[in-house]
Amino acid sequence: MKLDTLAETVGEWLRGTGPESDIVMSSRVRLARNVPQYPFVSRASEQDRVDVERFLRERIATVPVGSRLEYIDVGRLEEIDRQFLVERQLISREHAEAQGARSVAIDGLEQVSLMINEEDHLRIQCMHSGLDLRGAWEQIRVVDEQIGRVVPFAFHPRWGYLTACPTNVGTGIRVSVMLHLPALVITRQIDKVFRSLHKISLAVRGLYGEGSQAMGDFYQISNQTTLGKTEEELVEQVGDVVPVLIDYERRAREFLVRETQQNVHDQVSRAYGILRTAQTITAEETMQLLSRVRMGVLLGLIGDVSISDINSLLVRTQPAHLQKLRGVELDTKDRNIERARYLRRHFEGGASPAN
Amino acid sequence: MKCQQCDKQAVFHITELETGEVRELHLCEDHARAYLNQSEAAAGTAEEKATGGGISGPLSVAQTADELAVLDQKACPMCGITFFEFRNQGRLGCPHDYVHFEKELEPLVANIHGASEHSGRRPERGAGKGQAALPEGTEELTRVIGLRRSMQEAIACEDYERAREDRDTIRAIEERWLGPARRGPTTPDADGTTHEA
Repeated sequence: MKLDTLAETVGEWLRGTGPESDIVMSSRVRLARNVPQYPFVSRASEQDRVDVERFLRERIATVPVGSRLEYIDVGRLEEIDRQFLVERQLISREHAEAQGARSVAIDGLEQVSLMINEEDHLRIQCMHSGLDLRGAWEQIRVVDEQIGRVVPFAFHPRWGYLTACPTNVGTGIRVSVMLHLPALVITRQIDKVFRSLHKISLAVRGLYGEGSQAMGDFYQISNQTTLGKTEEELVEQVGDVVPVLIDYERRAREFLVRETQQNVHDQVSRAYGILRTAQTITAEETMQLLSRVRMGVLLGLIGDVSISDINSLLVRTQPAHLQKLRGVELDTKDRNIERARYLRRHFEGGASPAN
Repeated sequence: MKCQQCDKQAVFHITELETGEVRELHLCEDHARAYLNQSEAAAGTAEEKATGGGISGPLSVAQTADELAVLDQKACPMCGITFFEFRNQGRLGCPHDYVHFEKELEPLVANIHGASEHSGRRPERGAGKGQAALPEGTEELTRVIGLRRSMQEAIACEDYERAREDRDTIRAIEERWLGPARRGPTTPDADGTTHEA
């Protein structure tokens, strides 16, 4: 697979379609699986990792879902290409930075991705645009069943699916939604919301970060426990809380428009102005400003940009994407210049300046 | 070992496990008591947690130094990981660890998940003959991990007879549970070289 051609598209999670896609960017389900005849990855020898990779790849290729996937040998990729896959959420940062034989298989729509030799031998991931946890779960269930017919997954009657870390044991499932919550951030209600989520055993993370500060008001909500409940119950546990968060965010947006219209309009317009005129700009600032503009578009304050446009800029202004699109490797300083240039050209080409 | 908060001897060794992060604390009796009371108090104030079904936040398993010293040396017969290594890394060595360290993992897993029994999906029996997707398949196949180690040891001390026996047992188990058409992707021969299956 040519990664360069992928750079021209945005992939599933930023398509900007699907239910509630003004707030819910994407829905994702992943399953952790291991084979019993090899040590877990962190204790596997170099030869074990090579054998696990080949064993899984060969067996998965024999089932319908597997035959439609393209394999990428992550171990042999350049750093920039690994980073590129991380930015697209096709592999985890841990997978990118790990050592030894490892690979990822993805489908053409970038909905299904199979990571081999991440923390577990196999991590199956399904991602759908917008709020569609049910759909993602139904899809991954089929993938898991098909692979399970040819690959013996390590399983224990009491503990369930056995994983390298006890935090994933049982179902091995992680259900998550990526939300864009700018109004809750502006109205300073976000911490309160997260505290209440922690109380019901849900974890909150920022985009592109493990527990780090959320970039650009994008947050990932996921289940924290994997044992003692069924997969459906865990899908519901996350699914049930999303409408509540959507409602909070909508109300906060209405409040902003009602009470501080001028102020919000000013903030959004300034963000838009910087994106269209800056000469050098970091990835972090870009994310933050795109987040504001995205909200502005949804509030009807900016008329000449589409949500899918903003979504695609979110990923294309990331370091590896930017370099792929430009076709050369750039250091941080040059990336900031190139990013600003890319944004200016994008807005000049697609949109006439707003008044 | 000294207490991390004063000069007294550390007698409590606490392992915190929170969503994959591992933190070790070595404390004297006084500081350990203070620490544990504090986490209990924190857990106590959040009573809503219980109604939310499941437990979150840092939880700990505390053992005395003597208990820990014995426990730490316990090693999995398949992958060879000791409980000490697991406590340090937060990652288990192989699927058999869940059987071998079942008693030790019980409180830890209960703390993480607020449950101690899987109630989700179970693998179906494979469609093909000899396909292993069952618990007994897991148990049998994890033996291969130990046998592979044993075979390599045998090769290292030039005990080729034992190496051959180990290799034959590995092949028999893999054929039984992974299907007759193939062995593992690569099975080292008793002379230490690797062949394509």
